[in-house]
Amino acid sequence: MIQFFSYLINGIGLGSVYAIIALGYSMVYGIAKMLNFAHGDVIMVGAYIAFCVTQYVGLPPLAGVLAAVIVCTALGITIERLAYKPLRQATSLAVLITAIGMSYLLQNVAQLIWTANPKNFPSLVSFPSLSLFGGQMLITGETLVTVLANVVIMVSLTLFINKTKMGKAMRGVSEDRGAAELMGINVNSTISLTFAIGSALAAIAGVLLCSTYPVLMPTTGSMPGIKAFTAAVFGGIGSIPGALLGGLLLGVIEILGKAYVSTELGDAIVFGVLIVVLLVRPTGLLGKQVHEKV
Amino acid sequence: MKKLLVVALALALALTASFAMAEDTIKIGVIGPMTGPAAVYGVAVANGAKIAADEINANPDAAFDIVIDVQDDEHDPEKGINAYNATLDNGSQMILGTVTTAPCIAVSAQAFEDRIFMLTPSASSADVTANKDNAFQVCFTDPAMGTAAAKRIGETKLGTKVAIIYNNADVYSTGIYQAFIAEAETQGLDIVSTTTFTDDTTDFSVQVTEAKNAGADIVFLPIYYTPASQILTEANRQEYAPLFFGVDGMDGILSVEGFDTSLAEGVMMLTPFYSGADNEQTKNFVAKYQELYGEVPNQFAANAYDGIYALYQACLNTGITADTTPEEACELLIAEFPKLQIEGITGAMTWTESGEVSKTPLAVVIKDGQYEVVE
Repeated sequence: MIQFFSYLINGIGLGSVYAIIALGYSMVYGIAKMLNFAHGDVIMVGAYIAFCVTQYVGLPPLAGVLAAVIVCTALGITIERLAYKPLRQATSLAVLITAIGMSYLLQNVAQLIWTANPKNFPSLVSFPSLSLFGGQMLITGETLVTVLANVVIMVSLTLFINKTKMGKAMRGVSEDRGAAELMGINVNSTISLTFAIGSALAAIAGVLLCSTYPVLMPTTGSMPGIKAFTAAVFGGIGSIPGALLGGLLLGVIEILGKAYVSTELGDAIVFGVLIVVLLVRPTGLLGKQVHEKV
Repeated sequence: MKKLLVVALALALALTASFAMAEDTIKIGVIGPMTGPAAVYGVAVANGAKIAADEINANPDAAFDIVIDVQDDEHDPEKGINAYNATLDNGSQMILGTVTTAPCIAVSAQAFEDRIFMLTPSASSADVTANKDNAFQVCFTDPAMGTAAAKRIGETKLGTKVAIIYNNADVYSTGIYQAFIAEAETQGLDIVSTTTFTDDTTDFSVQVTEAKNAGADIVFLPIYYTPASQILTEANRQEYAPLFFGVDGMDGILSVEGFDTSLAEGVMMLTPFYSGADNEQTKNFVAKYQELYGEVPNQFAANAYDGIYALYQACLNTGITADTTPEEACELLIAEFPKLQIEGITGAMTWTESGEVSKTPLAVVIKDGQYEVVE
């Protein structure tokens, strides 16, 4: 039984990382109505920046996180300006392909700068592990910090969306872009802000991901990115609580599936569950059911 | 990349031109990934081969000079065939290569058709030599490695309860795993946990927890050093300290950037080459390699070095000269290799007719961030 809880907590830790990444996918989809497939690679850039700042420059971990957040925010806004904004009126297929292209561009530029040799990311979390039941159950500092960060991010983001003027503008753009524009909301700056927040979260996710799972390569972001995208769809894309629920469930299913079914089938189980959920609830667990009026 | 290739070609041409003046020359094509993600291995092989060729060429008593023609396959089977054709066009009489398994299977099949002799320094899959009389290996085959690992654990009584974590998406890893479990049975080892992962796996907590709960006192890792470093980190976090036992893919773990090498303390592995070995040949090789390339050579460079010497010796024994065609050389070498005995820096080697090498792997343990040989 203790074993089960131990796996459950590992799953929640992994799921929290997925949830933070999924937020980026979900917010951008909700507001700009596009799938930003380069999001996973922004995570990788964030992790590399934190690695360089702490290892090469020798600054403390917090400075590394801060530098990663700043660089990723700037990167997110730049990507949006250069690659996505000119396509605002284009078909969604064109935007999707651009996003995939951007993802490969980031991976290859990272390979040029940092080479393909994997680096070992030393954990930036200095929080002590928690030992329960006389050492039978161990919660690592990384897991604690990840879960905590996840809660803080979720609460503050929900408050931001619901209580502030900028948040209101975001909700407006998400609901009806044309109407929002007519009401005097600056759609472009709202979308930029969304990318900025999403990319800043990606930087944090990158540091947390690599602190827990230490290998850093130019392709580090792609698989967690795809899993987090799955989590966003699973929970209902466009919904913040959906991203949280989807991420946590995905992490828990992945770990428990590996532990109790088979380590070989871990990923197959995750994606199998996604297919079943989408068959039953096409909009995801917490997605809005939109009834089209004819 | 293009520029590099041009420079490499120009160098190769210059070498050919200068050595063409010498009395007699044998030309050997070296094929491997010189660029791309697997470049670490290909570049090491090219460097090791060059050092061996330079040594032979500097020896006034040598019957002939060795010229090396390096071709890049980018770890891609199709480009491997192109590289193979290019080096034959350049006049190579035999091949040292290819370095990685997937291109090697493609190239050895083509070379079998064309009757060209090839000796791979490092492609360890049994598929490389299977049903091809022209392909030989300097490295251990994966099954031989798995068997040797199980024997070592059983015979030196390192432990009785064994957990295995392997990459089931990788030929190398599964090849070793299958031979290991077969031999483990004869050795009476108790395999208490077997878990897998793939190239995309980020989380190893389940695999490590299962090994820990099963009470394994040895964890066998027939995998490359990148995932191994993740497993060591995870085990440290779970305060689990069994004996970790790796194979040649573990070689390189101490050079991962940012890796806390204290986590690798006590890790044991089987490797064909030990750079700190106390013999003249190894010392010279390591010193030369450090002088030229600024790093300690790995087993890839060492296998390539031995490969060039094996080819040199075989050419001497069979009287192959610059005038021998590649097809003639192939038949002569096929007949010669099973009779050959080489004392190399990766051990004493003989070959079977099917192309597999027979040599004894060294067991080393990591102590104070260095390899140390265990008897």
